[in-house]
Amino acid sequence: MNFTTPPYLSQNVSVQRVMLQVLAALLPGIFAYAWLIGPAIVVQLAIATVVSLLAEACMLKVLRKPLLLFLGDGSAIVTAWLIALSFPPLGPWWLVVVGCLFAIVIAKHLYGGLGQNPFNPAMVAFAVCIVSFPALMSQWPPVDLKAGFEDQLAIIIGHPRLLDAMSGATPLDALKTALKLGEGKVSVTAVMADANTFGRVAGQGWEWVSAAYLAGGLWLWRRKIISWHLPASFIAGIVLLSGALWLWQPGQFANPVFHLFSGASMLGAFFIVTDPVSGCTTSRGKLIFGLSAGALTYVIRVFGGYPDGVAFAVLLLNICVPLIDLYTQPPIFGEKSKP
Amino acid sequence: MQLFKFKGGVKPDSNKTPSLQTPIGMAPLPALLVVPLHQSIGGMPNPLVKAGDRVFKGQRIGNADKWISAAVHAPTSGTVLAVEERLAAHPSGLTTLSVLIAVDGDDEWIERTAVDYQALAPEAVREILRDAGVVGLGGAVFPSHAKLTAAQSVPIEDLVINGAECEPFMTCDDLLMRERAEDIVRGAGIFRDLLAAKRVLIGIEDNKPQAVAAMQEAVEACGENFSVVAVPTRYPAGGAKQLIRVLTGKEVPASKRSPEMGVQCFNVATAYTAWRTIAHGEPVLSRIVTLTGNVAEPGNWEVLLGTPLKDFVALGKPGADTSGYLMGGPMMGFELPSLDVPVVKASNCIIAGSLALFPPLPPEMPCIRCGACAEVCPHELQPFEMYWFARARNFGKTQEYKIFDCIECGCCSYVCPSRIPLVQYFRFAKSEIWSREREKNISEAAKARYELRNERDAREQAEKAERVARAAAAKAAEKKPLPGAAAADAPAADAEAAKKALIAAAIERARVQREQSETALDAGGAETQRTQRDET
Repeated sequence: MNFTTPPYLSQNVSVQRVMLQVLAALLPGIFAYAWLIGPAIVVQLAIATVVSLLAEACMLKVLRKPLLLFLGDGSAIVTAWLIALSFPPLGPWWLVVVGCLFAIVIAKHLYGGLGQNPFNPAMVAFAVCIVSFPALMSQWPPVDLKAGFEDQLAIIIGHPRLLDAMSGATPLDALKTALKLGEGKVSVTAVMADANTFGRVAGQGWEWVSAAYLAGGLWLWRRKIISWHLPASFIAGIVLLSGALWLWQPGQFANPVFHLFSGASMLGAFFIVTDPVSGCTTSRGKLIFGLSAGALTYVIRVFGGYPDGVAFAVLLLNICVPLIDLYTQPPIFGEKSKP
Repeated sequence: MQLFKFKGGVKPDSNKTPSLQTPIGMAPLPALLVVPLHQSIGGMPNPLVKAGDRVFKGQRIGNADKWISAAVHAPTSGTVLAVEERLAAHPSGLTTLSVLIAVDGDDEWIERTAVDYQALAPEAVREILRDAGVVGLGGAVFPSHAKLTAAQSVPIEDLVINGAECEPFMTCDDLLMRERAEDIVRGAGIFRDLLAAKRVLIGIEDNKPQAVAAMQEAVEACGENFSVVAVPTRYPAGGAKQLIRVLTGKEVPASKRSPEMGVQCFNVATAYTAWRTIAHGEPVLSRIVTLTGNVAEPGNWEVLLGTPLKDFVALGKPGADTSGYLMGGPMMGFELPSLDVPVVKASNCIIAGSLALFPPLPPEMPCIRCGACAEVCPHELQPFEMYWFARARNFGKTQEYKIFDCIECGCCSYVCPSRIPLVQYFRFAKSEIWSREREKNISEAAKARYELRNERDAREQAEKAERVARAAAAKAAEKKPLPGAAAADAPAADAEAAKKALIAAAIERARVQREQSETALDAGGAETQRTQRDET
């Protein structure tokens, strides 16, 4: 017979199915993004997907690994989409290409490929690009930008004259800058009264994209692809820190809801910190990882020099994973009551 | 009654219905029985018969070797053809000493005597069970009498009777409980009395309502106060430790035996055979076996131990596309090396496999640390960590992650999205650790032997030096040599003369020896030399 070792039954699961469900869970966010912010994101997603798959194929070939098996697992596409979704949508095409190449070639395959990378590849890409191209990575389209799809495409494939018109900031950045310039005299409420940039609770448009990520993430949780530990603790990390400061000085610090629905909070909570390969594996470890990453994200985005802090927070926690896992091993069956 | 939960576990399709449609059938007598002597954990029973012997049904043909071992009997009457090595019902494909019996068809019993176990000392009852070959029929075949001694410090609170039968496909315990519930309950009563257990809990998965009802009825009919408990259906609820957890809330770690925590657990079929032994004088000669899978007529059969599987599986009419046979369930069973092996006490289920039933697994992928395996592990281990270290041959680390608490239930492999044969890695790691232990023991024994030899050599050298010194002293005392010829005739009374004669004789022998050894050197006469030296 062809079967040799027990068990002879197996659940109908595969890495591919896991990855496809992650991609499916990103779709609501992508729709909201394309609808509210601009269809350019679809172009960026396409570029990222093609480049990542090509890079993956080349690396598999060079490393003599089974091409179709690994190319079909979908993990490269997940990385590609996360890169495209965290990069500015109107950045030049080569920015996403650089990010994807770095993520797939260096952060993934040079560390051993699927399952072996100690760092989240998409976040490595983000960190590398924001350090190397800080200006480009900080230019986000204003929500009132009335450029059509053709104009957006033109910007992506490189029309420098249009680029200046595009300079904007994320709502997070806008708030930070306004508060800084106000030198304590301008309140958060006053800044957020600007209906062009801000919506009900956070950035105009962006708050709905975040809500769509949340919806997709909850679906992933229902499907048991992710456990509640990481998203919940990540959100708790942001809420605890932002809540404390907001209660202390509501005029100078935005409330927790603003932070949850701004930047990459929701994308991070459900799709980035939940990366199993580079994250903690024990329940307590996941809670520590999520809580610390959430708190660090807040610290970096509010007090640091970067528009958002998810990438650096996750990378810093990736470093701590082996240590956290080592010290959070749960007691096994029959050894729980031991002193 | 309050039930407890164990963490993890999986819910594969049960596939039990096909083999539940008909009552237990009696398998016909085969022409030849191949009865392995070693059908339980522990010592290899010594054969009591030889080729040509006539045996009766129930006659003991193998005697238990030491305490952890169980006797083996002739399942029917006939003539012993041979006692020889035959293929074992084991994945290794190795052979085992077996008694071949040509069946005469008379099915003639030895004299059977029921015993009043309550009038006997517990020790005597245990011996009767051992000599009747009563072992754990859930598949582990551990000799039951050895489990019927309570720990000295802890009284047995709960006796758990395991009728959970959590493996998919398998229905032998289900039907046994439906059809022979009273004998099971009475067997459980024997165990209760031997262990002086306070409570008896009969655990049955709730997908067997008929068995639960039958057992409940039997408990009432027997006037016992046992609790028949339907436990949630979730593999591996029938694992002894899981069932103990569900029924009593106690968690028995790998480092402990359950009696130390006041619990003991037996399979329903074991209780049944214990009752047949005590009340009817019938040793374990047959067992109920589920025959299912890719067969036209799935069902359960009472099969004589030693029945060749070839004869047995024919009863179910296996499909033409059958590509192999499993013994045990699909989660923890194994593929049989051939159909030439016999039915043994551990054969609870035979599944005819086909590619449609067990499609080949897609290729293995790298571990993505998703932790699905850890979530389903009923012993709350971290299988992916153990896999990691087993792969890297870092066996010390696998032990730190408690690899010996793994019961190889297969839940981790079942849910792995990368289809990594995790259980295989753990078995590999365990056997490597065991073989290293063995090697270490062997080398330690060799070291001890070597040191002992060095000691002996040193002692012999010292003795030799002493002898030489004594001889030199004697020589110094006797300076005047005597002619050798006169020595023989010298008067006995003259002690001095006798001594001199002895020495002279010794000198003469030495001379002869020298001459001989010179000739012997060419002929490689090291042996002669040593013998001569010993003579001197």
